[in-house]
Amino acid sequence: MTAVLEARELSVQYKIGRDWLTVLNNISLTLHADEIHGLVGESGSGKTTLGLSLMRYLDANARIAGGQILLDGDDLAPRTPAQMRPIWGSKLAYVPQNPLAALNPSYTVGEQIAEIPRQHMGMNRPDAARRAVEMLRRVKIADPEVVATRYPHQLSGGMRQRVAIAMALVTEPRLLVLDEPTTALDVTTQAVILDLFRELIHDNQAAALYVSHDLATIAQLCERVTVLYAGEVVESALVRDLYKRPLHPYTIGLLASRPSAHTAFVGNETRLPVIPGVAPSLSERSSACTFAPRCPLAIEVCRTHKPPLESADDGRTVRCHRWKEVAAGTVNPLTPQPSLPQGGEGEDVNAEKFPTLADDSQKPLVSEKPPSPLATEIGVGSSQKSPSPLVGEGQGERAVLHATALSKNFREGGLFARLTRRARAVHAVDAVSLHVNRKSTLGLVGESGSGKTTLARLIVGLESADSGDIALMGVDIPQPLDSRPASALAQLRLVIQNPNEALNPYQTVGYGIGRAVQKAMPNLAAYEIRDRVLWLLDSVRLPATLIDRLPSELSGGEKQRVSIARAFAAQPALILLDEPTSSLDVSVQAVILNLLKDLRAERGASYLLISHDLDVVAYLAEWMIVMYLGQMVEEGTSAHVTGFPSHPYTEALVSAVPSADPAARRGSIRLEGEVPSARDLPTGCRFHTRCPRYLGDICKTHEPPLRDAGDGHKIRCHIPIEELLHLQTSPLNPLSIGRGDLSHPKLDSPSLRERGLGGEV
Amino acid sequence: MTPFLIRRVILLAVTMIFTSALIFGLTQILPGDVARLQLGREASQVSLDAFRERYGLNDPVPMQYVNWLGGFLSGDWGVSYSAGNPAVRPLVIDRLGNTLRLAVYTLILSIPLSVVLGVISALREGSWLDNLISLVSLSVVGLPEFVTGIVLINVLALGLGWFPPTSLIMRDMVFGDWIRILTLPAITASFVLLGYVVRMTRAGVLEELKQPYVRTAALKGLPARVVIFKHVLRNALMPTITVIALSVGWLIGGLIVIENVFSYPGLGALMVDAVGQKNIPLLQACVMVVIFFFAVANLIADVLYALLNPRIRLG
Repeated sequence: MTAVLEARELSVQYKIGRDWLTVLNNISLTLHADEIHGLVGESGSGKTTLGLSLMRYLDANARIAGGQILLDGDDLAPRTPAQMRPIWGSKLAYVPQNPLAALNPSYTVGEQIAEIPRQHMGMNRPDAARRAVEMLRRVKIADPEVVATRYPHQLSGGMRQRVAIAMALVTEPRLLVLDEPTTALDVTTQAVILDLFRELIHDNQAAALYVSHDLATIAQLCERVTVLYAGEVVESALVRDLYKRPLHPYTIGLLASRPSAHTAFVGNETRLPVIPGVAPSLSERSSACTFAPRCPLAIEVCRTHKPPLESADDGRTVRCHRWKEVAAGTVNPLTPQPSLPQGGEGEDVNAEKFPTLADDSQKPLVSEKPPSPLATEIGVGSSQKSPSPLVGEGQGERAVLHATALSKNFREGGLFARLTRRARAVHAVDAVSLHVNRKSTLGLVGESGSGKTTLARLIVGLESADSGDIALMGVDIPQPLDSRPASALAQLRLVIQNPNEALNPYQTVGYGIGRAVQKAMPNLAAYEIRDRVLWLLDSVRLPATLIDRLPSELSGGEKQRVSIARAFAAQPALILLDEPTSSLDVSVQAVILNLLKDLRAERGASYLLISHDLDVVAYLAEWMIVMYLGQMVEEGTSAHVTGFPSHPYTEALVSAVPSADPAARRGSIRLEGEVPSARDLPTGCRFHTRCPRYLGDICKTHEPPLRDAGDGHKIRCHIPIEELLHLQTSPLNPLSIGRGDLSHPKLDSPSLRERGLGGEV
Repeated sequence: MTPFLIRRVILLAVTMIFTSALIFGLTQILPGDVARLQLGREASQVSLDAFRERYGLNDPVPMQYVNWLGGFLSGDWGVSYSAGNPAVRPLVIDRLGNTLRLAVYTLILSIPLSVVLGVISALREGSWLDNLISLVSLSVVGLPEFVTGIVLINVLALGLGWFPPTSLIMRDMVFGDWIRILTLPAITASFVLLGYVVRMTRAGVLEELKQPYVRTAALKGLPARVVIFKHVLRNALMPTITVIALSVGWLIGGLIVIENVFSYPGLGALMVDAVGQKNIPLLQACVMVVIFFFAVANLIADVLYALLNPRIRLG
């Protein structure tokens, strides 16, 4: 294996203020030809800096403080940017993260590719233009001549990423550095792009460094992986070794804190293992083991001496004083999580002052209506074998939220277009009905264009539906936010994806939460409001000292917890969570997910969880809806939808989610083409243009019916239910591996049992 | 693109008509009686009445406006109320020509220099050069034109003798003569523009330098000048173009002080006189011309913006 690039004890420093702080400390790394090397780390680990530093690309306030970067034997470290220019773009290529921002909006993509061969290969304009089209064809873009004349904003995310790869490969570089290139993409698009990466990199025999925070993607794509923590390499190994037998406590913690590591929704008792504490900032890094403050295995030597990077067997390296014990299995590096919410010892003193929905007292939504009696106290996830009664059809009194046939179309174009009827309707949401019961969680899964965001906005009241009703706690509420009564507003709260956008940067934490309390309970005195704010902070496990901090002083996870605390301020019946953990690191996500489960149990709130991440939804929600192009295509319990993804789209979605177990390739169902535009909906079944199980003309001409597979599992497809389920349990179906002991009522039919299928798989 | 252009041209026409009505209305409020202003204090009632009758000043105001508008649109811009009754149109056109010469010269002098200074400032952000450029450009903006103008006259004209101290127009001037008389006023006007354009360019470039596509371009191995001039400037100049367009309006109608200091017969001076005399036909014509150029400059700016920004052009 030829080594293309080798970093030897590379150290990089940033100048912050007047001090030079070390960002990367003694990194040693070797990248071989025809091998994809993954670099995994969370935010602040320095992974992007390392990726760029290996290309000798440093910001103006950064410097190489030591070490070498050997490209085919030549040390790049002492070179100046001017000396690096012949190498950038020709021998070393970079694939950026967010192609919309990373491509110049004012030039066509063809031109942005063509300027590279003009620069490095001396081509003239026509030749370079032809080469650009050739590259577009190589990355499997249809109609490359046409696409070459397009601007970045006219292309979809997947196509832009292909353009970025084309740009990187045009000079057949020795090394590619890929900086989280699929983070901004949908799961199904990501799957296709990863396949493309794999193919092209191996065709080119290039070395590649794939930087990501997503362990699963790396598991699917890379052969070797290096884990970075606080600017240091903590572990490096072949992918299959790392995932089978991780040696460093951080790696173990990271792998364990993913929701997909645990079987889908096993009742409220599961909590994800969490790595306590937060990663140290640049100035806080210890000169001993950087992970020691958070490590459950830390002993005295860990706090005084930095562990060296030692070789374990089979070309692995690990930086830990106790790795041998971990390898032998004599210690457990995971912090056990109590099944009860922490702080559960002793009575909650404030419980009397602030009754929650866990009490049976049902607060009336509108004062005129008498409170409706609760039939029974609804338990959560009582059984694993069959779906619990709570996920049945929306029983009137028990449904916290009941949306009926919500539809929303947007009209494009200005006044002129509307007058001449040239405005086109964008069909965002089409007659979607859903309900959320008390103390339960409904998950809404969909990719871009599915309409899930619009649906969320309809429910919250930021948009008004063209038709359909929304009933909160059994009472119909008007759609526009301004028309809703204050009591309705208090019952339905929202937590959004980006905590930076959710919190006013000029308001302290205490003020922000306090305002929410005050709006919900206008009659409280100032000291009572403050008490309640402190109580809320405590319930999201934040220290009371944060009450006077500004959001800019908090981490992402802390900000999200403040958002959640604020949402609970009004004691809502339902909280709508829109991608609550998508912008957070995996370890922080685990903390938030645990917290959400705790609060759900303590407060009896219901959640409507919207996410593109199937694993997160499956972990938190008992009930799931899958959306495609504004319609619900499958609905059922999480166990059923993820275990028996019957609708072809769901099947492709589940198949596309990368699994962190490299051995279990989750499936290779790939969707061709792009999501059709919502302006131009396909006739008949909306999915027929990309459906791998396309039946025939009926899919093109007739809208498929919503079929019931029992126990609330519904699928919108022309293919009969039995056949879909049969396909799911067929031993040829890669998804049927690892389904465990899930069962499905429809599979218990005698005919299937005769065939030797059905029942326990 | 075409519907966009049509919309903007219609908007231009509407703007001009609306403004003319507004100005017409405002002049009615001005103190002083037109007839008396023209004929003097000693004029007899008979001559005053005759004056008013002749220029239709006894008609109701809306009718006066409509009459004027009709005439204007058909090319008859009326006659000036002042002695000799010169026809308004040739007078205005003549002065407009002078103003345009000065405006174009100012733009040529100031814009390229300002853009270059702005780019240098941004690239050397925080350095002594950046601070110096900022200091100089902002200071000269603050100075009133009559101060800078007079200083320039004193130093460059009276002191060094390089330029004439006034910018009077004589007959049979050649190109060289024009340059001689226009340079000092153009420099004075440039000072005002310099500050704005330098700051706008600097801010625009700084903003674009932060964008990820700059790193992508650098990592393609493109030389620095290609990255700056091809990639960055294309996007960074958009706010600057807007500022320049807005300046054009000022250059056409707002150079009154400079014209005064240099005794240059431009449109601004003509307008001030017209206002003082309540010389409505003359004033209206001047205003229409200024508005026209202002709106056209904005239209060109918008078109340029759309041409440079594919997101607007193609949607």
